[in-house]
Amino acid sequence: MTPLIEVRGLHFHYDDGTRALNGVDFHLFPGETVALLGANGSGKTTFVLHLNGLLMGQGSIEVCGMRLSRSTLAPIRRKIGLVFQDSETQLFMPTVLEDVAFGPLNSGMPPDQALQRALAALEVTGMREASHKAPYHLSAGEKKRVAIAGILAMQPEILILDEPTTYLDPPGQSSLIQLLRSLPQAKILVTHDTGFAEALAQRACFFERGAITGMGPVRQLVQRFHWDRTGAGCAPE
Amino acid sequence: MHIPDGFLATPVWATLDAAAAPAVIYVARRAQRGLEESQAPLLGVMGAFVFAAQMINFPVGVGTSGHLVGGALLCYTLGPAAATVVMTAILAIQALVFQDGGILALGPNIVNMALLGVLAAWLPYHLWGHGRRRRLAIFLGGACSVLVSAVLALSELLISGVRMPGSLLGISLALFAVSAALEGAITVAVIAALEAVNPNFVRPSENGGSRILAAVAAAAVFLAVAGVMFASTHPDGIWRLAQNIGLASHARALLHTPLASYEADFLESPWLRKALGGLTGLALIFGACLLFGRLAARHRSA
Amino acid sequence: MHHVVLERWSRGDSPLHRRDPRAKTAALLIFLVLIATSRAHLPALGAAYLLMLLAGVVWARLPLAAALARSSVVLPFSLVFAAISWMAGDAARAGALLTKSYFSALAVLLVISTTPLPQLLRGLEGLGVPRFLLMVAQFLYRYLFVISEEAQHMRAASLARGASVRGMAAHGARFRSAAGALAVLFARSYARAGSIHQAMLARGFEGRFHLLSAGRFRWQDGIFLVAAGGLPAAMRFAVERAVR
Repeated sequence: MTPLIEVRGLHFHYDDGTRALNGVDFHLFPGETVALLGANGSGKTTFVLHLNGLLMGQGSIEVCGMRLSRSTLAPIRRKIGLVFQDSETQLFMPTVLEDVAFGPLNSGMPPDQALQRALAALEVTGMREASHKAPYHLSAGEKKRVAIAGILAMQPEILILDEPTTYLDPPGQSSLIQLLRSLPQAKILVTHDTGFAEALAQRACFFERGAITGMGPVRQLVQRFHWDRTGAGCAPE
Repeated sequence: MHIPDGFLATPVWATLDAAAAPAVIYVARRAQRGLEESQAPLLGVMGAFVFAAQMINFPVGVGTSGHLVGGALLCYTLGPAAATVVMTAILAIQALVFQDGGILALGPNIVNMALLGVLAAWLPYHLWGHGRRRRLAIFLGGACSVLVSAVLALSELLISGVRMPGSLLGISLALFAVSAALEGAITVAVIAALEAVNPNFVRPSENGGSRILAAVAAAAVFLAVAGVMFASTHPDGIWRLAQNIGLASHARALLHTPLASYEADFLESPWLRKALGGLTGLALIFGACLLFGRLAARHRSA
Repeated sequence: MHHVVLERWSRGDSPLHRRDPRAKTAALLIFLVLIATSRAHLPALGAAYLLMLLAGVVWARLPLAAALARSSVVLPFSLVFAAISWMAGDAARAGALLTKSYFSALAVLLVISTTPLPQLLRGLEGLGVPRFLLMVAQFLYRYLFVISEEAQHMRAASLARGASVRGMAAHGARFRSAAGALAVLFARSYARAGSIHQAMLARGFEGRFHLLSAGRFRWQDGIFLVAAGGLPAAMRFAVERAVR
């Protein structure tokens, strides 16, 4: 099976010189869900921002057989659906429907077709009734669903969600788990919530200071790195 | 000062609406940087910031406080073209959503606050913003932007025949002076705080360039504003001047119509005198803006 | 809050809500120009226009008293100048100021409370307003309440902190702390704009906004425009004829 995403030797440092990624190797296969665990600042979010070219470092990234470069940005961004942590900045259009239609419209689809695509995606996430609402009036859970609809409308092959359970209450979290389970795309979940990771991911990668220092089932990594509330956590902030 | 509908005389709002439209279209194109529309979210969000910033109170003394108007701050962080676009969007939202300012009066309000107010903020900064007098330049920019906007609004009301007894006029001007000084002080303080957070937030004042042109433009704006103020309070003076230099008789000849008596009434009407006075001032202002445009264009190609 | 109420009203349903925003805007402009340019016979014309506006409020299924009240934002300003004119003996001008400013405000309220603002902005594109400016206004409105809430939290936090220094020094300290709060709000807003840009890029944005169609201008909208624009013009013509 060829991987959907293949990353080799990814390095990145910020303008002021601080190293954010220190030689990351990663792959994602069709249909699987991988959780990225690790402390704040360990490089998880920085890493996923490289996958669709929002950040560009040194090393090789291949998405669906395409090598990431300036010329392949557009097709790669159609393959990867990135759901940001803050739904308020993700839903930037004035109404739910216009926001979900944003992706399809940008890929050159005529407005009527984009509208149908948007409505279908809203249907999948159960938010069709909210089409004409302003995002400001939605609850955190509803916003997350609309954000996911906005991604699904582009029909990506890979979903990446950055800390999706922040702002969600337990019922919101469990309905998100159900929704994600029903979607066939391969997924990468950046999360602090080990319960959430365990419910969805077959395997996980542990990030420490810009590199992956552990790979395996979620439970195994949690035990190995003491990634729980008992206070014996290893990686300093 | 947001002028509502129903106050301005038809020639005043019509001329200013007609003037504001192409000016805004031109500035919007400049702020857009070619065909790229990706600046829109930044400008929109910073407009929302200005709105929100107006909620934060700056204590001034016995139980009173003022708040930021924002034209100068936007100018020094986003540049004059972007600042004008943001101010225009703010004025439109204020008129539509908050009923603060009229719709037909949007043209005058845009000219006063978004076009000339921002210009009045930009000029001192451009002239003195990089030297030892930087803080003074910023203070002047903030103060002038508010003062110019307020004086123009007042003048437009006066030209339209809105009565204002001398005492009220005096009080208004005093209030304008206080708000202007406050805006200057707030702008200085916020720019200083911004530079502490991230120096890149504040644009450097471009050194060199056509400083003479900038100084001339500044003088022209000053003269124009003073001129409009004078014209609006002494419309007869302008009319007499026009008669003395023979303009009036030329106008009479041009306006020859079959309805002779109607024509005489029209020419002697106080309406016309005031309109003439105001239009003279406006002509001066547009001269200043053209000068500014040429100056900015020269800058870009330099 | 005022704008919250208007927003709620704009999501209602009535024949006026269903009209195309371009038709409503054009009719509004015609009406505003008619009011602004009328110079004589104002009492009779004013009564006619008031009836028209009241009929519009009822037709739009808006609460009548509330709508009339919310249009009175402009009245304090108008009353001052009207009082001055009246005391100077120019009662006609006083009346004109009050009626013109209030009726204009009521007409604008009628349009804004039957048209969601984003729809109204999209409609303005058809009337020649540059798209870039409309997009800026759209984003401004979208984030207006988000950032205002942030500012409110900061205000509460700084009020909680600011009571320690006393006297003249207190003013200076509070002034600087307010400036600092603004700087922080600025930085947060700027960062937010950057995140929005990233989110746009992630969904394929390449420099131009592609938007859904602005809706179709139907024959009902045409009839509405002719009626809403023609009726006040006819009224004015009739009144001026009759009184002469």
